[in-house]
Amino acid sequence: MTRPSIPSQQTALRKDTDVEITADDTQPATADVVDAPAASKEAVFVADDLHVFYGDFLAVRDVNLDIAKNEITAFIGPSGCGKSTVLRCFNRMNDLIEIARVEGRIDYHGIDLYSPGIDAVEVRRRIGMVFQKPNPFPKSIYDNLAFGPRISGIKKKAELDEIVESSLRRAALWDEVKDRLKSSAMGMSGGQQQRLCIARAIAVQPDVILMDEPCSSLDPIATGKIEELMDEIKEEYTIIIVTHNMQQAARVSDMTAFYSVEVNETSDTRTGILVEYDRTDKIFSNPTDERTERYVTGRFG
Amino acid sequence: MPLSTPQSVGGSTAAAVTAGVATGRRDIKGKIIEGILILCLASSLLILTVLIVDLLRRSWPIWSERPGDFLTGPLNSANASQAGVWQGIKGTIQLALVVAVVAIPLGTACAVYLEEYAGKSKLAAFTRLNVRNLAGVPSIVYGLLGLAIFVQFFGLGRTVWAGGLALSALVLPIVIITASEALRAVPYSVREGAFGVGATRWETTRSHVLPAAAPGILTGVVLSLARAAGEAAPILLVGAATGLLRTGDQSFFDQLSEAFTAMPVIIFSYARQPGADFRELTAAASVVLLVLVLFMNAFAIWLRNRYQRKW
Repeated sequence: MTRPSIPSQQTALRKDTDVEITADDTQPATADVVDAPAASKEAVFVADDLHVFYGDFLAVRDVNLDIAKNEITAFIGPSGCGKSTVLRCFNRMNDLIEIARVEGRIDYHGIDLYSPGIDAVEVRRRIGMVFQKPNPFPKSIYDNLAFGPRISGIKKKAELDEIVESSLRRAALWDEVKDRLKSSAMGMSGGQQQRLCIARAIAVQPDVILMDEPCSSLDPIATGKIEELMDEIKEEYTIIIVTHNMQQAARVSDMTAFYSVEVNETSDTRTGILVEYDRTDKIFSNPTDERTERYVTGRFG
Repeated sequence: MPLSTPQSVGGSTAAAVTAGVATGRRDIKGKIIEGILILCLASSLLILTVLIVDLLRRSWPIWSERPGDFLTGPLNSANASQAGVWQGIKGTIQLALVVAVVAIPLGTACAVYLEEYAGKSKLAAFTRLNVRNLAGVPSIVYGLLGLAIFVQFFGLGRTVWAGGLALSALVLPIVIITASEALRAVPYSVREGAFGVGATRWETTRSHVLPAAAPGILTGVVLSLARAAGEAAPILLVGAATGLLRTGDQSFFDQLSEAFTAMPVIIFSYARQPGADFRELTAAASVVLLVLVLFMNAFAIWLRNRYQRKW
């Protein structure tokens, strides 16, 4: 089986002339495109008028944002605002939900992720993911890490050993588990399991790591370790993190996107919208939108 | 309680709590229900016990006089003193082998398709429903199917292959259903983890979902084998020998294309003969079949416990 691969690490930046500012009068609730990071840093993702549907239900609409390379971008917002849904568009994880449908465009290094020739499997190899609940495979620690490299064609044991060790070291887990690599990953603590999942994502040498509330099931100490880890690995990876914890977003992220929910009066459905996207310090100290301010100061209805 | 006596507790609150909690009432209704449940359990165990004790008692002359001779003797519905069950034991094992080779891979593959690939389409839902219906089709119907298709249409004749294939068709829906349930029990997060590092659907299924579901699938498989081993009707229709069976000296595998008999058929055959000695043979053969099936079930339980996983 050959996988048509997307051109590797193509660094075509979106030209400024292509930018469509969608300050559409009919959609006053949506934030304008904020191109602040792209001006200074290379953009990994450019989401353009992204809409996500589940069947006929519009889950998120009009998302426009650029994700800068080697930065941590946080998605915050109340439950049901579609932040996880948007996150899962970036590695086409939503493809696995049959009724999910994406409209609009996400460019990854200039390539439209949803154009017909793109192989979602190959996309996911480059854009790794860490999930809300630690989900190590019910296998040994070693096999958890070696699986990704194995399926991308690395067979030599020495090479796999090397990847396993370096990934565990990157995830600050090596010293804790080096003597029990062959024991089951299910015997680790929750925090260790989540760091293992990060190591597992690192092991395939991705370009981007998506994290969907990675700390929501962990205690503050384990959370602290994961945050430290994120800060360390962002030199090599671009990270997008969905979090319910605003302090966490403020602590770890460079950019923050605030999503909110708008209730559709006629059909009583809820649609997520991107309200504001800016540098994290600005979002938390001096947000432009009133809704953002209400949310970050804890006065959200 | 030295630790938890803040000032607010005590006084009226404590009095109210005492009145509400320490009623001294006993849960009589609960006790009665518990008693009825125990009675139900006891009665079903009693039936089984009576059955086994009765079989052992009636077959006792055989076990005390010629156990070895009985276990190694041939099918013989004319002369009770020379009759045995060896051909039946062998036939049942051969049938189980054919079922294992045919129904396990086929059923597991069907389940993998239905659970991992088919998704939520109408056709898949319709297929699932009908697999459940097939599991309820009486076994004699599978016998007719075996006779018409395997014996006559494919020209396999009255052989182990034909009988084994008929039994495979019989247990296939059971294998599919149990394997589907085992696959469904694997948390979606395991699949997500694999997809998240760039695995294809097949890589995910092969490396993670199937191994995680293996204990459940195996348990279902062994239980279906036990079911197949105990069925008489389908293989009677397919033409298992009930009178005299001459087995040559071919190898075990060559015999798969030969005439055969099986334990349930032997029981049926001996039960039809007049005379007290055939009653003893019937009971003894039943004990042998029971032991075979119990062994299979015990093996299934052992497999399940051995490979049980926690998520």
